[in-house]
Amino acid sequence: MAKQSFTLQVNGGTYQVFAEPNKCLHDAIRDDIGFTGTKEGCGTGDCGACTIWLDGAPVTSCLVLVGEAEGAQITTIEGLATDGVLHPLQQAFVEHHGMQCGYCIPGMLMSAAALLRDNPTANEDEIRHGIAGNLCRCTGYTKIVDAIKSVAQA
Amino acid sequence: MHRFDYYTPATVAEAVDLLRSKGAGGKILAGGTDLMPAMKERGRHPKYIVSLKNITELRGISFDPQSGLKVKAGTKMSALQRDPNVMRHYPVIVQGAKLIGSLQTQNLATIGGNICNAAPSADAVPALIALDATGTVHGPSGSRTVPLSQIITGPGQTSLAADEILTEVQVAAPLPRSAANYVRHVPRKELDIAIAGVGVHVQLDEALQRFTHARICLCAVAPVPLRATGAEAALVGQPATAETIEKAAQAAAADARPISDQRGSADFRRLLVHTLTARMLTASVDAIRAGR
Repeated sequence: MAKQSFTLQVNGGTYQVFAEPNKCLHDAIRDDIGFTGTKEGCGTGDCGACTIWLDGAPVTSCLVLVGEAEGAQITTIEGLATDGVLHPLQQAFVEHHGMQCGYCIPGMLMSAAALLRDNPTANEDEIRHGIAGNLCRCTGYTKIVDAIKSVAQA
Repeated sequence: MHRFDYYTPATVAEAVDLLRSKGAGGKILAGGTDLMPAMKERGRHPKYIVSLKNITELRGISFDPQSGLKVKAGTKMSALQRDPNVMRHYPVIVQGAKLIGSLQTQNLATIGGNICNAAPSADAVPALIALDATGTVHGPSGSRTVPLSQIITGPGQTSLAADEILTEVQVAAPLPRSAANYVRHVPRKELDIAIAGVGVHVQLDEALQRFTHARICLCAVAPVPLRATGAEAALVGQPATAETIEKAAQAAAADARPISDQRGSADFRRLLVHTLTARMLTASVDAIRAGR
């Protein structure tokens, strides 16, 4: 199987990726395009660390082949801030100390941002359900939920 | 992941043609939420992949009060559970779709994939079988429409030929005075696989006193999503009472063919089938009588 050219739209930019089709989307985003904010955790869709948006919908990019993302608008953690100003959720994670090691946080934020975009007044149960697909082994989730709640209530 | 050839046909006919001409060893890629982990960790190494992502004719949901619901096989779980007609007329389908993996999974996984992946624990399937859903399958010699229960033949096994594709799922218009419910038991609140699940679909007579129609489909207690025909027979024509429901629940437990594994013992699974069947029947009767 030879390398092929794939065209990806990431955070508003267009990128050509020359890769074999068995490359996963997170590897293309990180290694070929250079948006290294997206992290690979389990690689099998369980932990949510690699969560990005495909046309606004959060998906685990480890379960997406690079070719499957052609034609979609991809948003990564680097696409959340606007003109250097942190997304309100990013700011809230800073203020509430929502991260410890931080590895899960890019994926966590992509899930949380989609949740509050679709349900701006999400309550705690809805928040916990909204990030259920994102595992954090450090925090016990308390500060993460606090951070999201602070934005949901604002 | 091993290497593979990768094709993105634009139509069902092209996809069938590819599967036919490339021959054995291929795999259809829909949402990929099970195929991708299988290729990474479970030794599944297709020679080539036929991706359905560019086939627009495989997406969409339509509803007609007379002819019922048609869901294209590539419809994602998230789209299914947000569709106004599905929410209103087939809430049981939403119940199942919401249980599949994480929200991220539901944004990738498709209804056709959940069916053709043929997991005994597939959460979207019992509701559809309880609703007597049918599926349309396209192959080199045309299309055929068969009961969904005939598509799944064993764990990971379907009756589809290697060059056939499930393209659409159909469900008849809702019966008057009917209700359907699906529930599963898992030890955790989120992201788990059913130890046992039960989908029921019942109709009452005009006086709302007797069962006139009953379908029960069990999840994760047999090699396939299993119609509990003994339980169905214990309901039809009988008064819609707690006694009847208890008899049907016992019959459902007897219909189940569970195995013991790390998720639960066969005995526990039978107990779950009994309990969940009784709960779902009671909830469905209550819903019909309350006019919901």
